[in-house]
Amino acid sequence: MNQQEKTPVAIEEHGKRRPSQREKEWEEKTLAPAIERAPERLKEFTTISGHPVRRLYTPADLADWDPERDLGYPGQPPYTRGIHATMYRGRLWTMRQFAGFGTAADTNRRFHYLLKQGQTGLSVAFDLPTLMGYDSDHPLAEGEVGKCGVAVSSLADMEVLFEGIPLGDVTTSMTINSPAAVLWAMYLAVAEKQGVDWKRLGGTIQNDILKEYIAQKEYIYPPEPSMRLVIDTFEFGIKHTPKWNVISISGYHIREAGSTAIQELAFTLRDGIEYVEWGIRRGLDVDEFAPRLSFFFNAHNDFFEEIAKYRAARRIWYKTMRERFGARNERSWMLRFHTQTAGCSLTAQQPYNNVVRTAIQALAAVLGGTQSLHTNSLDEAWALPTEFAATLALRTQQIIAYESGVANTVDPLGGSYFVEALTNEVERGAWDYIEKIDALGGMIAAIERGYPMREIAEASYRYQMAVDKKEKIIVGVNEYVGEHEPIEILQIDESVARSQAERLAQLRRERSQDEVQRRLAALRKAAAGTENLMPYIYDAVKAYATLGEICDAMRDVFGTYEESAIT
Amino acid sequence: MVERKIRVLVAKPGLDGHDRGAKVIARALRDAGMEVIYTGLRQTPEMIASAAEQEDVDVIGLSILSGAHMTICRRLMDLLREKGMTDVLVLLGGTIPEADFPALRAMGIAEIFLPGTSTQQIVEYIRQNVRRGQPAQT
Repeated sequence: MNQQEKTPVAIEEHGKRRPSQREKEWEEKTLAPAIERAPERLKEFTTISGHPVRRLYTPADLADWDPERDLGYPGQPPYTRGIHATMYRGRLWTMRQFAGFGTAADTNRRFHYLLKQGQTGLSVAFDLPTLMGYDSDHPLAEGEVGKCGVAVSSLADMEVLFEGIPLGDVTTSMTINSPAAVLWAMYLAVAEKQGVDWKRLGGTIQNDILKEYIAQKEYIYPPEPSMRLVIDTFEFGIKHTPKWNVISISGYHIREAGSTAIQELAFTLRDGIEYVEWGIRRGLDVDEFAPRLSFFFNAHNDFFEEIAKYRAARRIWYKTMRERFGARNERSWMLRFHTQTAGCSLTAQQPYNNVVRTAIQALAAVLGGTQSLHTNSLDEAWALPTEFAATLALRTQQIIAYESGVANTVDPLGGSYFVEALTNEVERGAWDYIEKIDALGGMIAAIERGYPMREIAEASYRYQMAVDKKEKIIVGVNEYVGEHEPIEILQIDESVARSQAERLAQLRRERSQDEVQRRLAALRKAAAGTENLMPYIYDAVKAYATLGEICDAMRDVFGTYEESAIT
Repeated sequence: MVERKIRVLVAKPGLDGHDRGAKVIARALRDAGMEVIYTGLRQTPEMIASAAEQEDVDVIGLSILSGAHMTICRRLMDLLREKGMTDVLVLLGGTIPEADFPALRAMGIAEIFLPGTSTQQIVEYIRQNVRRGQPAQT
């Protein structure tokens, strides 16, 4: 459904408005002459997603709204106000800066630095070869090693990445999808080596393959075997790592690909529904695995629309888990989420402006009740962040947390006519999409038809045209343009690729080749059957089989996926 | 003389899957009356050079956000030279540090477009600088 079709929802909503006598009088006596004297700046005001915004919100916009039912209380259904009774009065969100570049040793140094600066959780960015399941010395890895994240080709690299970091005391998020099971197995092996009980391990693997097909496009295998691998990690996690989030169902990349806020919300939650259905089909108890599902949203520029999105997300997930899946465990009903400020909103022009954008976006995430947050660095439209820029981004969160006062009370915007009305509208728009995808036969069927991809491409083009026509203003880009001094940029040189290739050659010389082949053969055999693959992957990892070898073993059985490009 | 439509190959080289920009540009150039061929994801420089040759394009637009631009561009420009396709206008868009601009230009990349460039600017640039099928300008 495109924006033009979306508009009637709001109009219909407005049609139901029953303004009070006082409001009508205000319109006649005060508003009409004011507009007569000085017309408004625009004929129509809309959010960055193109959603209409009214001049003024009053009780008339919340005619059917029942605060006890629709807002409720924090820590209670429908969780509009947040999932914890005391929210940030109890504990602040986790400040989790995504970091990764160069070799494992380079990134390990950055991790130690960030922890020393007061960061409270780790988040690993892997390079593209790793994300695609290739070793650093694969021909397709040329020029990409260590460039947009850290290169991890085997357990040996993972050991270096977490050297000196006690895995029982930090929580770690790993942005890894198609090869998530393999990287997770490496992490578990490092924990075992450190003598940390897996039951104590806290963290997340992104492991969200559906949004890869939809938006980020870092997939290896076709949807069915990919989903099997995801559910294998769910099953393994229930048994062995009760505190680990086995998936981070992500709208972030959907939004970065150009979706609207409603599309981001709807596609993400519909992906969530797909994972729950697959888990149940595997025979898992929904109340056993649903509490380990977590979410990940974008924080874009439009302040109130974003806040409404997070509030609506909690409400939709609660209703879905309770009504659609009959979950009885309260923890299954609660949508917990990480937020990252919008990379796509950063401008290469006048890069210092990005500090301000990021601060506003981060504030929206906090007012929306996020559980953890990454703030982007000012230089990321140019390259990966320098240490200076990454520190400033972390300081932005600390200023919001400790100086702004917004963390002193729970859901400070609750009851705002505008925020509540927008929350309702965003929720309704997302339900429409969810129903549409249900009617298509679920998310995998929708992906096979290219439906979400087409919707996103359409929204992204519409937005670009609005920017080109200056209907939407971006400071420093299409208005208030001015020169800026070049900024200092982090450069990753080719020595990373060389040192990785040398490390891999050494690894292959020193490990037991027979053992590796034996374990890869066992994995291949299991992949052809229906067993859970996690134990086989773990065995292969422990014998220092490389990421590429393990992914190839599964490529042999599962084949690979190619999308038909939509433009 | 009947003017031939400008033919553009929009290409996503390397492992990067971020195709928002490539798709927007492909559509904008098409809307501006150009003939656009989009390669899809994960193209090697070899695949791009041979597609450009087969499709007889006037322009190649590369979209790279992964930091691998130096390696990819160097290889592609070598291949185009080997094929004698030096009159093809090669443009680059994406996350490209300014420090790399001189080396990229020296390789033969005609222009580098950063995030924030409007689609009209790119359309205009192509119209004014396309070399093939036009009277020689240099």
